[in-house]
Amino acid sequence: MTRPFLEVDGLVVDYPVPHGTFRAVDNVSFTVARGETLGIVGESGCGKSTVARSIVRLLTPTAGRILVDGTDIARLNERQLRPLRSRIQMVFQDPYGSLDPHLSAQDIVAEPLRLRGVRSRNGRAAEAARLIDLVGLPSSALHRRPAEFSGGQRQRIGIARALASRPELLVCDEATSALDVSVQAQVLELLRQIQAETHLAYMIISHNLGVVRQLSRNIVVMSEGKVVESGATTDVLTSPRAQVTRALRRAALDPTTMRGRKPRAMVRAGTRPPEATAGDARPETAQEAAR
Amino acid sequence: MTATKIAAATAGGDSGTTNAAGQPTATGATGTPLLTVADLQIELITEAGVIRTVDGITFTIHRGETVTIIGESGSGKSTTAMGILRLLPPGLAVISGTVQFQGVDVIAEPRAIEKIRGRTVSLIPQDPMTALSPVHTIGRQLVEAVRLRRPELSRAAATDRAVHLLEQVRIPHPRRQLSSYPYQLSGGMLQRVIIAIALAGEPVLLVADEPTSALDVTVQAGILDLLLDLQENSGVGILMITHDLGVARLVSDRVYVMRDGRFVESGEVEQVVGEPRDDYTRALLAAVPTLGSWDEDPDAGAAAPAGRSATASAETGETR
Repeated sequence: MTRPFLEVDGLVVDYPVPHGTFRAVDNVSFTVARGETLGIVGESGCGKSTVARSIVRLLTPTAGRILVDGTDIARLNERQLRPLRSRIQMVFQDPYGSLDPHLSAQDIVAEPLRLRGVRSRNGRAAEAARLIDLVGLPSSALHRRPAEFSGGQRQRIGIARALASRPELLVCDEATSALDVSVQAQVLELLRQIQAETHLAYMIISHNLGVVRQLSRNIVVMSEGKVVESGATTDVLTSPRAQVTRALRRAALDPTTMRGRKPRAMVRAGTRPPEATAGDARPETAQEAAR
Repeated sequence: MTATKIAAATAGGDSGTTNAAGQPTATGATGTPLLTVADLQIELITEAGVIRTVDGITFTIHRGETVTIIGESGSGKSTTAMGILRLLPPGLAVISGTVQFQGVDVIAEPRAIEKIRGRTVSLIPQDPMTALSPVHTIGRQLVEAVRLRRPELSRAAATDRAVHLLEQVRIPHPRRQLSSYPYQLSGGMLQRVIIAIALAGEPVLLVADEPTSALDVTVQAGILDLLLDLQENSGVGILMITHDLGVARLVSDRVYVMRDGRFVESGEVEQVVGEPRDDYTRALLAAVPTLGSWDEDPDAGAAAPAGRSATASAETGETR
């Protein structure tokens, strides 16, 4: 059996707080195979974004190992990390705050190419144009600045920039959360296509079970810094065991399968508090009957 | 009773129908819709020119009803909400058409809104984290809202009323929370405080502009549940603005799907979501990432308070 691309083992991240430390991530372990997708779900504050930021080493974990193709990057310093950074790239949540407003789309995407060693200016421009085409933006987008794009288009530029380093793993931290649902569907489809063509691995971090389900073969559910459940996405979502997973599953409002509560509310309208007058009940009763 | 049923059954969108058999309600209205919007147009004056953001929409809301406008960004749904509350700057927005709160037209008489906003109608904004003043306590802001509506109340009586409102929105230890500052409360708790402040005006209509979009799904369930319970108990009408079809399905009587300033489809929520006729509505529904069925144990579900609202499908055995 080949070694997975990413192995996270016993990851711990403490944040300093006024009187001691707060353990944001507590002994988290998982693996991501090449070309596959792992979803991480949980409510805000569960530590999922801290895990993401540890893996791309935007922060240094307190303890644990992060093996990238067998090399532990958890404690490497900036100089040692340099040659490895291109292998794991991140797409951020906020398509408005994560792009330099002064640069054109082409320059934003071309910037990482310099680090990748593409020396000629023309070579970088050509590759940036290819990537912008790959993420489904027209060539007229090349010279426009972030402010001239919609949220979905900006997120495509963010993906093109991440792809410029030719990563083996793309970490998407709530990458579609700020987008309209129809735009989200397009971006998710784009990610799926890119994976099919390039064998790129993904970590999809989201509070949205539906988004994670669409892309991920495996899933990790986090709560209060710990992994509370993990396994094949289908199994976890069909038969969730952990309380948190069940609560998330129950609270998810899937319009295609759920039933509204309003008719029930009206049926129960007979149980009214004393402050309501008799006249109050009439419209509700009528509406109930109207259903 | 039969006449009432028919009136309510045909109330969908017609401004002329009445919803009660001529009996005065607690608000003094006799079957007048809480809100009547007819042929509303809103043009925004921008650097790029005049943009018609809302282009001739018509709907009504009666007592105890939740009417939802569903749309994506740029559809004009929030502009509609701000427009009918006359919260758009007069120099930057041109409004025409009819917007009547219990018969009072705030387009024809713009100054009438002053007596309506915060009394007849209250707004629940999207982001609870920025809606409150960070430098004043919850109690001070809530008491201020209470006294705006009931200037005759003594300080102590206004405080008691504030505690009662916090109880109504199910905030634990309400009296103790009065001295909390907004930063000390979670997003869900803050949204409950906002709802309490909205209720302080004793409104008959709530305008909720994406009230749960900034919250976790589990917290969202609790807030929506609270709004529906408040409606069940008081008959308050709700205009819900959302991009989320799931939220719309859960809370709505009628929905209007908005795109480019117009309603492309409207009707009973079950019909619009279950059997959409318009291509855009269908595309919106198809874009929602689905979750499929799951083996939920109804008993386990009853134990979790936040999940109460979402257990409906399991209890009724509906998976359409």
